[in-house]
Amino acid sequence: MSQQTSVLYDIPGPRQRRITLISSLVASVVLLVGAYFLIYRPLDENGQLSMELWGPLIDPSNENFSQVWERIGLGFKNTLFAAALAIVSSLVIGTLLAVLRIQLKSLTRRRFVGAATPLAYLLRGLSALLSAITRVCVEVFRGLPVVITIFFVARGFPEFGLYFDNLWYLVIGLTIYNSVVIGEILRSGMEGLPGGQAEAAEAIGLSPTQTTRMILLPQAFRIMLPALISQLVVVLKDTSLGFIISYEETLNIGKQIIGALGNPIQVYVVIAVLFIVVNYSLSKLAQYVQRRLARGRKTAGTPAQNPPAAALISQAEGGGGGGGGGGGA
Amino acid sequence: MNVLIDKFDVFAGGFWLTLQICILAAIGALVLGAIVAVLRISPVPPLRAVGTSYVNVFRNMPLTVVMFFAAFGLPALGSNADFLRIPVLDSLFTRLGTDLPYFRFALIALVLYTAAFVCEALRSGVNAVPAGQAEAARSLGLTFGQNLRYVVLPQSWKASIVPLGSVIIAMIKNSALVGFFGVVGDLSATADQLTSAEGYAFVPVAIGISLGYLIMTVPLGALLDRIEKRQAVAR
Repeated sequence: MSQQTSVLYDIPGPRQRRITLISSLVASVVLLVGAYFLIYRPLDENGQLSMELWGPLIDPSNENFSQVWERIGLGFKNTLFAAALAIVSSLVIGTLLAVLRIQLKSLTRRRFVGAATPLAYLLRGLSALLSAITRVCVEVFRGLPVVITIFFVARGFPEFGLYFDNLWYLVIGLTIYNSVVIGEILRSGMEGLPGGQAEAAEAIGLSPTQTTRMILLPQAFRIMLPALISQLVVVLKDTSLGFIISYEETLNIGKQIIGALGNPIQVYVVIAVLFIVVNYSLSKLAQYVQRRLARGRKTAGTPAQNPPAAALISQAEGGGGGGGGGGGA
Repeated sequence: MNVLIDKFDVFAGGFWLTLQICILAAIGALVLGAIVAVLRISPVPPLRAVGTSYVNVFRNMPLTVVMFFAAFGLPALGSNADFLRIPVLDSLFTRLGTDLPYFRFALIALVLYTAAFVCEALRSGVNAVPAGQAEAARSLGLTFGQNLRYVVLPQSWKASIVPLGSVIIAMIKNSALVGFFGVVGDLSATADQLTSAEGYAFVPVAIGISLGYLIMTVPLGALLDRIEKRQAVAR
């Protein structure tokens, strides 16, 4: 990043360095004064910096300290557990969905020459129909907010006599949305591969299933790995939506603590820091993988794939919704 | 299915309220995001640090936490977000001026959160401009400002429009969360209200609410797909 932005300005000479130094100093002073008046003063005036409110969270000798952190630990464990379940199941279902859509698409192009004419038309119509249905499902679930999906699952399943734990409502809701998104990521990865890959696989006699399983999927996974890791961040953030169906994740526990101790700002700061640490490391991991892949991809003829945009944007969805990640329908 | 017809005005009202918050939040997020993006690419290190930490903080934190901060933290500081009662705007968007502050709180949270992603979208556009362009401009003797204005920004705008659109779509979907934070009568709160309090059948309500969101997100997504394809051809 620094290398890319520095393109905008020259390597500074002595005068430019002096200007930068002076403006840095001015900016720091302005920022510090601004922070003092806009952040520190309001906090202090309202007594939000008092040890009474912070104590249970940061002072080990406080009577509530161990209990509070035990609860937060439990909540975070629940958050991670739900996120792990959701990501595994959405990976599996998303992969199946991507394969299904690719297969259906190739099926609609087949003319079924061996079969009798009416049968051939029937089969072609059927595959076109199935293809359209999966497309619509994908568009619908990608266009719905995750909150709404989770809410519908939690409200709707009992209507049909399906009763689960809150954990499973959350996991199912997250899986519905994220499997669709991951499916689209993988599909655009597979369609972005050079056509020669599939043609070569066909030429050496692999069946369509084998082609997908042995040639296309592994490459798509590899190219799309950074986007997939970013999706992990999204899932982790979305797990916090469990509070609307009162699953005991971090935020819900936080609410209970606030109910007992009456320190909302302090508890949310701690929770925010927890989330930021975990998610920031995950994003760094995604960047690292991205760089490694970029380095490994020097073979002539393979086109430069461009997942960073998708990887970046897919994160915008965290905490409630999603946008169109990979393009191409 | 009767609920869809009987309660059409409720659905329509929810749709309009969600649309209101989306329009306001989109404007706010674009402005704030542009400011953060300028900070992030500025030549002054402290400003750059502020921009970078803003993005890192808000991108890695669930929107839910931001919402909680706005809804519980601001009252604890004695603020009702009254500065958002902008004279002319609040006659158009009536919720801005009400005594219940939750609409304003939700708006603040949505703007703060989305701005980080807007900044990233804009910056990815700037980064997509080939380095040679800016270098050539510099060697012609253009200053930093001229360089941005005449060479880099016109080109980066094209590269940012699709990511920006995705961010806005994501924001529309994120706005569903505000219904659970005390904003009465938006689409998601309507879903809750109709199914639990008024006891309507679940499926029709679900269909109505989904339609409301899909009307906003799907056409925008299709439009973006088209723009993306046209750009791919143009390149």
